[in-house]
This record gives sequence, structure tokens and C-alpha cells, in this order.
Amino acid sequence: MRPSPDQIRDWLDAVPDPEIPVISVVDLGIVRDIHWEDDTLNIAITPTYSGCPATSVIAMDIETALHEKGLDKIVLKQQISPAWSTDWLSEKGRAKLEDYGIAPPQAAGGPARCPNCSGTSLEKVSQFGSTPCKALWRCTECLEPFDYFKCI
Amino acid sequence: MPKQDEALFQFLLRMGDNTLVLGHRVSEWCGHSPVLEEDIALANTALDLIGQTQFWLGLAGEVEGKGRSADDLAFLRDVWDFRSILLVELPNGDFGQTLMRQFLFDAWQSIMLGRLMSSSEKRVADIAEKASKEVAYHVERSAGTVVGLGDGTEESHERMQAALQHLWPYVGEMFMSDDIDAEMVKRGIAPDPASLREEYDALVGRVLSEATLTIPDDPFAHKGGRTGKQHSEHLGHILTQMQWLQRAYPGANW
Repeated sequence: MRPSPDQIRDWLDAVPDPEIPVISVVDLGIVRDIHWEDDTLNIAITPTYSGCPATSVIAMDIETALHEKGLDKIVLKQQISPAWSTDWLSEKGRAKLEDYGIAPPQAAGGPARCPNCSGTSLEKVSQFGSTPCKALWRCTECLEPFDYFKCI
Repeated sequence: MPKQDEALFQFLLRMGDNTLVLGHRVSEWCGHSPVLEEDIALANTALDLIGQTQFWLGLAGEVEGKGRSADDLAFLRDVWDFRSILLVELPNGDFGQTLMRQFLFDAWQSIMLGRLMSSSEKRVADIAEKASKEVAYHVERSAGTVVGLGDGTEESHERMQAALQHLWPYVGEMFMSDDIDAEMVKRGIAPDPASLREEYDALVGRVLSEATLTIPDDPFAHKGGRTGKQHSEHLGHILTQMQWLQRAYPGANW
């Protein structure tokens, strides 16, 4: 019997993002569509940033995870529109990011508080960080630098 | 290929070759920037540009219909088949000159992508929608750096003014139109480049004035890149480095 798209989504929720392994590819909001066409499973994935090298690794990880569940006819499609938005991060994902030390995105354009000490006196060090999706900030209370997940 | 699709193919090469060549140029800074944060910022910008290239050239290959992938187009064409503007081919110069070029290009790209988001060709609109989010960050940063350095120390100001003198004659090519553009306008795929000039001059004028820099009043513009008729000698040098691996070991991958 074919597993339901909801079941598959649950399985994919166990596939970690290769760059930020505390969140899953589902948390990241990049799995846009899961549907069956006869006996072929179609999954649409949207890239976070055009050049993000994690995108191809994610595709491979998803295929591997589903192969392990016994699915072998899988077609992964890249879907670029609507463009990925950090609004698609799950609530669970946002909380995990903060626990991990990465401030989750805020519509205001900067982090709400320091993920280490919860201080609110913050300064931007650089608009770009260790991966395309992050910027570098610093807390002027505990003096620790931290990553901020850019809001796009 | 029908004439219509040849025009779309050429348009897509123009978009993709600009981001490819500039992405390669900017990546040359990796490991050489004045401070770590700038090194990371430049590498990130280069990565975005190369990512956008994959979309533009990927679609170009699809439209061409000869089975060429984005990689084939990037690594297996020679100088005369490239449609990048001369501005992006120029050597980086110092850090200030690199950021001045980036700003002059980002400003154009942000306006162009904004227009392309309402393209009648959905695949073009989709790429523009995706890329414009990244380019919004690029232009914010390059504009900020141009202001910081232009309105900085005496030396940084002089260097930025010199960079502007050097690069300004390469700006005009972004707004030149030909038959391909006319075809794109007719089909509602892309705007006439000349129609972007007013918005560009307003944006660039505002930032450069804040940077206390003076725009040269000589309207002379170098051309030949976007038509492929006369690239600068620099493009060949870029390709020898960028394409070396695929030329020496055809089909190599990892």
C-alpha cells in the first residue's frame, strides 16, 4: 500500500538540514508538495537561496531517507515559485533554532533577543554570515556574537 | 530554433552571463578580503550570483532545445558566445573598486528584476521573483559600503572617486537596446533596457551623492559585451581559469 503524503511528510520531518542539523527539511519549509502519480512519488522542493550548496545535499538526503522506507520510484522537482520565505519556517523549527544559538527571523529585520542571554541590546556585525541564510550579530550585554536567520 | 526563441535564448544568456562572470569575479576575493566579515559577504554574494546563473542558463538551455545544460553553457562556450556586459568582466581592482562595480551592477539588477517579476514568460518571472530577494540584500550592502568608503577618509574617498571615474564609462551598456530587446518588449517578456535609466539614475545619484562622490559628466559608453561583438580582453582570461577543468577533463564531476 502507498504511504499517505502526511505519512511521508512525517518521515521527512526526521531528515535534518545538512547545515543546521537541529531542524528538519520540513521545519525549514522547503518541502512544497508531496503527491502520488500512479506508483511514482512526486516531491517538490524549493531552494532557500539560489546558490545554496545544501540544496543538492538535501535532495540526496530525502531520496536516501525514502529509499530506506522502501520507496524507490521518487521524482524530486525543484520549484522556485513562490519564492521560499522564512515565513514558512515551522514554529517548532524557530524554537529549535533559538535553542541551538541561532536567532530566528523577525519581520522587523533583526533578531528580537540574544539566543544566549536573551539580552535585547544587539548590534549587527555583518549582513552576511556563515551560510547564505544567516547574518552575523552580537549581543552587547553578554558580548557573544551569534547567527541571525535572515528574514526573506 | 524559431526566430522568437532565438531572441529569448539570447536574452537569457545576457542575464545569465552577467551573473556568471560577475559571480566568478567576486569569488576571486575569497580568502583575500580586508576583513573576515567582508570576505564572507563577498563569497555569499558570489554564491547567490552563481545560483542565479544556474536558473538563467538552465532556462536558456531549455529554450534552446539542444540538450545543453547550464553547466554546458557556462563551461563549454568560448568568448564570442558570451553575452555579458563589459562592466562585469573588468578586473576587480582594489576592494573599493570591486564594491563600486557591485553597486553599479546591483542597482541595475534590482530594477531589472523588479520589472521582470511581471514578465509574460512565467519562467522568467519566477527566476526574477527568487533572485530579487537576494539582490535586495546585495544592493543594500554595496550601497552602504560605497557610502562608507566614499564619505570616509581622504584616501578612501579618493580611491572611490577614482573607481567611479574608471567604471562609469561601462554603465551605459546596461541601457542599450537592440532587436533582441525589441522582440522581448513586443512579447511582454522584458522591458526595454533604456526604460530603466531614469530609475537607475535616481537611485545611483542618491547613493553617490550621500557618498560625497561626483558622477563624471562624460556620456561616453563602452559597448560590445551584451551583443558579443567585442568583449574586453579580460573575458578570455577569466574563461581560461573558469573553464580549465572541464576543458582538460571533459565531463569531470564530483
